[in-house]
Amino acid sequence: MIHAAGVVAQVVDTEWIGRHLDDVRTYTLEHLLLTGLAVGIGFVVAFPVALLVQRYPRLYGPVLGLAGVLFTIPSLALFVGIIPFTGIGIATPLTPLVVYTLLILVRNTVEGLRSVPSDVVEAAEAMGYSRRRRLLRVELPLATPVIIAGLRIATVSTIGLVTITVLIGWGGVGRFFLDGFARRFATPLLLGIALSVLLSVVADFSLLALQRLATPWARGRR
Amino acid sequence: MITFDHVTKRFDDGTVGVDDLTLEVPEGEVVVLVGPSGCGKTTTMRMINRMIQPTGGTLTVDGQDVMTVSPPQLRRRIGYVIQQVGLFPHRTIAENIATVPELVGWDKARTQERVKTLMATVGLPDSVANRYPHQLSGGQRQRVGVARALAVDPPIMLMDEPFGAVDPIVRSRLQDEFLRLQLQVRKTIVFVTHDIDEAIRMGDRIAILSEGGKLEQYDDPERLLADPANEFVADFLGAERGLKRLALIPVSEVSAEPGPVVSPDDDRGNAAEVARSYGTDWVVVVDEQRRLRGWVSLHELDGRIADANLRQFALSVESTDSLRAALNAMVTSRTGVAVRLSEGGLYEGIITQELVSKEIR
Repeated sequence: MIHAAGVVAQVVDTEWIGRHLDDVRTYTLEHLLLTGLAVGIGFVVAFPVALLVQRYPRLYGPVLGLAGVLFTIPSLALFVGIIPFTGIGIATPLTPLVVYTLLILVRNTVEGLRSVPSDVVEAAEAMGYSRRRRLLRVELPLATPVIIAGLRIATVSTIGLVTITVLIGWGGVGRFFLDGFARRFATPLLLGIALSVLLSVVADFSLLALQRLATPWARGRR
Repeated sequence: MITFDHVTKRFDDGTVGVDDLTLEVPEGEVVVLVGPSGCGKTTTMRMINRMIQPTGGTLTVDGQDVMTVSPPQLRRRIGYVIQQVGLFPHRTIAENIATVPELVGWDKARTQERVKTLMATVGLPDSVANRYPHQLSGGQRQRVGVARALAVDPPIMLMDEPFGAVDPIVRSRLQDEFLRLQLQVRKTIVFVTHDIDEAIRMGDRIAILSEGGKLEQYDDPERLLADPANEFVADFLGAERGLKRLALIPVSEVSAEPGPVVSPDDDRGNAAEVARSYGTDWVVVVDEQRRLRGWVSLHELDGRIADANLRQFALSVESTDSLRAALNAMVTSRTGVAVRLSEGGLYEGIITQELVSKEIR
């Protein structure tokens, strides 16, 4: 351990980091902004699509198929290929990021709704719930754990993808990579990686905490 | 009252679930729909609250055609209990029971009061009110299901194999409690089961359905057992039809015989005479207060009865017991008869196999 710490101390120029704390803050905020917008917009798009699929199960195959195809487009190609259409504004990094969240969010929201036990749905219907009220009061609350699980996967994968947008002039903490590569200087590279991992872990745990809060009934269950 | 008037359900794929069913469920009675799987019993029940839409005929609830009422409105007036219970896992027991009061807009105080009353009615301890369904046993969950269905005191209840998922001991207890509860609340109940014994036990009337929702017979349990309309019904009732009937007939239906009774003061001579007149080789010993002391075989008797070694009847019956219980007492006693005692434990007479079979022939 002491040896490893020594190596890190040799490789990492803490003085340099100290001089770039402003960048750390700016890049982190940009990273959070891109991630938050991408997952947020992704969810706003995916949610009604999922409800539609739930209502008309025949759409399940085509919708998931389309989302799957979009998901397989190599991210680098998509980021670069989209520039002619979106210019250099925030839409350029955001559009692909949103597209990548869609498969995860649509599928998890649909699976969440489907995971509601059929006897519970039947009972709700028989008690006299209207379709809308049943969705809001019974199906969505019960689908919440699976939906939030989808948000966690989408968020963590988006945080990783944001670093790649450095190639099109954005990048969040990924901006440190560019500096590091250009100057063959390890400190910004390692800093960028560390910040990206830290963001992922914090975001994941925050959403997990949210999930626990939103589903008090599931506590202590198995 | 629920009335089926030539009601038919033809599914989209052309199969007929219920075929031209005409049936009346009288106010305050338990009607059991029973039959093999695929007989359309559940379909029939689910048409009442329009969980399934009838495709022909007229189905009325209290004189109102169900097709003229919006399903949510209709369903809030009809309690519904299913085998899997279908409790809302994300709501506490109290919240589950409060489901329909909340839907129809009762205020908080009234709802809370009602939940409390219902929990007591179905035998749930107050301590479970704030638990979640998964923290309860199967039997307790079923009670919550019944309480939830009773919440706004609907005049009609639909029950689809409500006790099917609990073990036999709990089931039999829930059945007893249900019958006791029904005596108080007098709901119009449609009860679906595939178990003919449960049907006989729970039903004021039983509708036996065959494949494709054809009504084979609609009668009270005793008439059904005494006089099955056709071979299908007889088969479905099973070979022990006679025994099942005995379970429905109370001991009070047959008049007990006085029996070969002697008093403790009698001696062997009196006893032999009494026994001979009855064609037995034993006598029943009853004291002046009409208390049963036991029985004794003539072969074991020399002097006074008071000095003899009396044997006890292991089982006895009262007027409210069933003839089946009496038969059980007979076959487990060496005397071959059942003694009937009053509620206060006084001797009333004996019941013989002959008396029982005369009753059901």
